Amino acid sequence: MTAPHLLVHAHQDNVGVVVVEDLTAGTDMLCVITEDNSDFHATANQDVPIGHKIALADLAVGDTVIKYGQDIGRVVAAIRQGDHVHTHNLKTKRW
Amino acid sequence: MDLSKKTVWAWRRENGRVGIRNYVAILPLDDISNAACEAVAAHIQGTIALPHAYGRLQFGEDLDLHFRTMIGTGANANVAACIVIGIEGGWTQKVVDGIAATGKPVAGFWIEGNGDIATVAAASRKAKEFVHWASEQVRVECPLTDVWIAAKCGESDTTTGLASCPTVGNMYDKLVPLGLYGCFGETSELTGAEHLAAARAVSPEISAKFMKTWSAYQNDVIEAHKTSDLSDSQPTKGNIAGGLTTIEEKALGNLEKIGKQVKFIDVLEPAEAPGRGAGLYFMDTSSAAAECCTLQAAAGYVLHIFPTGQGNVIGNPIMPVIKVTGNPKTVRLMSEHIDVDVSGVVRRELTIDQAGDSLIDMIVRTSNGRSTAAEALGHREFVMTKLYRSA
Repeated sequence: MTAPHLLVHAHQDNVGVVVVEDLTAGTDMLCVITEDNSDFHATANQDVPIGHKIALADLAVGDTVIKYGQDIGRVVAAIRQGDHVHTHNLKTKRW
Repeated sequence: MDLSKKTVWAWRRENGRVGIRNYVAILPLDDISNAACEAVAAHIQGTIALPHAYGRLQFGEDLDLHFRTMIGTGANANVAACIVIGIEGGWTQKVVDGIAATGKPVAGFWIEGNGDIATVAAASRKAKEFVHWASEQVRVECPLTDVWIAAKCGESDTTTGLASCPTVGNMYDKLVPLGLYGCFGETSELTGAEHLAAARAVSPEISAKFMKTWSAYQNDVIEAHKTSDLSDSQPTKGNIAGGLTTIEEKALGNLEKIGKQVKFIDVLEPAEAPGRGAGLYFMDTSSAAAECCTLQAAAGYVLHIFPTGQGNVIGNPIMPVIKVTGNPKTVRLMSEHIDVDVSGVVRRELTIDQAGDSLIDMIVRTSNGRSTAAEALGHREFVMTKLYRSA
């Protein structure tokens, strides 16, 4: 199997994780959903470091980000599909 | 491989427990006895001093935890024999008596009325006897599942939830049903996944015990002392650099360490020894690596599996710590710290099942004597957990 650029835990997730170094904006990413090894393609809007997340859908302020099929926090700045998702646009709902 | 028949060569101690290292430990009862312990360890080759910061004027639950950690450390099956040195004889003898209950050789010395020099001389003479004795103890063949294995992750990133933590979980799913004692902790770091953790308890009673412990940490530690949303502490700066954004995301990755099937059978106090037989246990611990590892070793665990993403370098003086990473960048930049490379998982070259087998292989090799990266690099972080200020 070709090495993927992005791994997604579950089908209902709206973010995936970059698993290659030096991913650049505009890359046509091979994305694999680890729960069943299905794959799809998506495009990165920015350069995103290894380990960081990319949105798989447009998300509005107040939306919930889903990873592992679970709630990992709320959107605090609008996100477009393909955007880098991190502390600038996602916050915890806890403490 | 038939894991139920897998064996390792290790030391069977007087109380029947299995150790995979053979230390003569020089244990200070308190901070002011560190110098004497370090002098003995510098003098007598083959001993190891365990200096730490506490032991004076503690009281209540915090003092109970201090004694439990001291006695549990000396009693750990990786310790063949133990010297205890304290400032005075009363509390020193209490620790000596607790360790002696295992049947292993132990002796106590105290400094008041003797001074450091006479204490070091007397303790050195006894330590030398212990070294001769310990060095003649031989390894015997023991079932792999007699090696008690704890786990905790650190400097986590998104790859720990994808690769290294599921690798540990796969190992527990394979070995716990065969009779392994396992342990996970990190109470505050399950926040966001506490409902999933509670659902992995063996019974409604244990599930409720877990939620009570988690809520107490949340309310009495985090909520009582926080001055912000903890966004610089939990997740850590290293976690954030590695791509983790929220505590919920970190917790979900953390929980991958307990696999898919195995249930935990009890909730332990910090440094409490498991009391319900073989199985997976949850221990109420801090998520700071050295504190958690020290508590797990004091509970009797003799080997530790440490998944890391960004490259935590933690070790423990008496318990080998095996590092596992699935981050290819960390493998590239920090290979000297990594014992098991599972970065093939994120390239989809390696399945979690295969990664679990490679971890079990490293567990066997480490039990048989292979030095871990942390041992070779001299990492001996021994950090007592303190619950509140001393009197």
